[in-house]
Amino acid sequence: MASAVAAYDPLATSGARRRAGAMVFVYALLVVFAGYYLLPLAVIVLNTFRDLPEIQRTGLIGLPSSFSLSAWPEAWAHYCVGGTCAGISRNFWNSVELVIPATIISTAIGALNGYILSKWRFRGSEFIFGAMTLGVFVPGQMSLLPWAFILGKLGLTNTIAGLVLVHCVQGISFTTLFCRNYYVNIPDDLIKAARIDGAGFWRIFRKIILPLSPPILIVTVIWQFTGIWNEFLFAVVFSSGEGQPITAALIALTGGGTSVHQYNVEAAAVLIAALPPLLVYFFGGRYFIRGLTQGAIK
Amino acid sequence: MSSTSILAGSAGGAPRSRWLWRITEYVPQIMLAPSVLFSFVYVFGFTAWTFYISLSNSSLLPTYDFVGFEHYASLWENRRWVVAYTNLFLFGSLYVIGGVAIGLLLAILIDQRVKGESIWRTIYLYPLAVSFVVTGTVWNWLFSPTSGIQAFVRTLGWTDFRFDWITDRNFAIYTVVITGIWQASGFAMALFLAGLRSVDHDLIKAAQIDGAGMRRIYWRIVLPAIRPIFIAVIVILLQYAIKTFDLVVALTVGGPGIATTMPAIVVYDFMFQRGQIAEGAAAAIMILIALFGVLVPYGFWAWWRTRREAARG
Repeated sequence: MASAVAAYDPLATSGARRRAGAMVFVYALLVVFAGYYLLPLAVIVLNTFRDLPEIQRTGLIGLPSSFSLSAWPEAWAHYCVGGTCAGISRNFWNSVELVIPATIISTAIGALNGYILSKWRFRGSEFIFGAMTLGVFVPGQMSLLPWAFILGKLGLTNTIAGLVLVHCVQGISFTTLFCRNYYVNIPDDLIKAARIDGAGFWRIFRKIILPLSPPILIVTVIWQFTGIWNEFLFAVVFSSGEGQPITAALIALTGGGTSVHQYNVEAAAVLIAALPPLLVYFFGGRYFIRGLTQGAIK
Repeated sequence: MSSTSILAGSAGGAPRSRWLWRITEYVPQIMLAPSVLFSFVYVFGFTAWTFYISLSNSSLLPTYDFVGFEHYASLWENRRWVVAYTNLFLFGSLYVIGGVAIGLLLAILIDQRVKGESIWRTIYLYPLAVSFVVTGTVWNWLFSPTSGIQAFVRTLGWTDFRFDWITDRNFAIYTVVITGIWQASGFAMALFLAGLRSVDHDLIKAAQIDGAGMRRIYWRIVLPAIRPIFIAVIVILLQYAIKTFDLVVALTVGGPGIATTMPAIVVYDFMFQRGQIAEGAAAAIMILIALFGVLVPYGFWAWWRTRREAARG
């Protein structure tokens, strides 16, 4: 990206000295905004290492004068949420159990749909594609009652399997949209040649489409992973207590209300809940941004 | 599932294999069918069902006695709903204006060939990887008068400093705005930056040669050229604003009182806290209508633009 930086230089219009002055101003603004964006992260990270008495004395914003790691195991395994004192590890693993199958299944379905809707078009396939992508916009509130009803009938209320089902179905629109728009750019001649050579539907998918797919599959997996991990509405409606994924459990944990805040432990819990998507962002940032802009513009 | 190629060889053979061959011709449609079924059910079926519930007299459980638009009428007389809707307009407009303004400013700053571009971008964008729940929780702490920013400034010596918006029913909504902008402006920045980079450099060079200053170049050439990005950013942010739920639940729980409640929270309360699912469904339909109000004009605009471009060749 950086090498493609503009061949023009907007500030160069006005002499070297004015440019230097302007650049100081530019950096000053960038630093101020960096403060706004980094403050919450810094507060969370620092408070996981501070003692509770120190936080109560000086508030949440401040450099640690004490150092302790005790908040981490406390948040992970011992902290009390709604009567049970087993920390958030259980909810963390619920989220893992939810996010892995839901991401893999919805991505696989999206890849297959995208392949069909771009390379095996038939009468009405464009209409089907358009109607499927409407699902991207439908607010979750519309499907709360129907899902509650269906999950109840299937006996999947308050189970991770139920949430996996919800996220797979809700995810079809997005994953299909991503994959279809990527596969459309694979030349049709490639497919035609393969068909002349006698390759069929599955063979073309395995031998031609999948080997060309890693970029879009990574984007889709990252998108689904962060989206499902961070999702709150379905999680809080269709699960409760020990069965909740971590994002939903966090509200119960930090919004306790009655008791005094154990900020250091809660900060550790918040950080544990935020960590998986943050790691994905820091290590897969390029793909993350690509998915974002693609999902947004299309 | 057997591969087409094997069967294609026996095409025109025995009736049985011809029949099989016919089936393999439809493999794409067959494989697509479940997805079509599921997505149509949840896009159209669920919407229709929720709409029907909103017209019934369901309370705790769905019933199908038709009562017409009664629940919509009572919804608009409900003070909670009116507050929620007013909040949505206030929050939505400030959130979009703030998100666009800060996003554009950051994009323009980064576009000045600054050093460490990827570091700045990473800093401004990371909030997007953080869930609304985490975002709301952390900002709740920062806004808390006893432990957050107010307490911090007081320890610095300014002992009567006040920043207690989150406990003030007239100002709490602005804490939602600040938090929302924190989460979304980096995203606007990323889209704007991509737009700025795509502007034709020759146009800019020509303007520079003509002696146009930087402000003029941006105002007259660059910003008009990225108008589609503006519209995309505004539509996306409006869409987020209308769906706002977790952020407010984590930040203020809709309070103090009902000062920061939002339509999506009212839906949840009606459906799952008060057992008035018909009212909840009516409120959900109102959210859908608000989304239509944003997306339908956008759809027409996008359609008009592609047609115009196609006409130009």
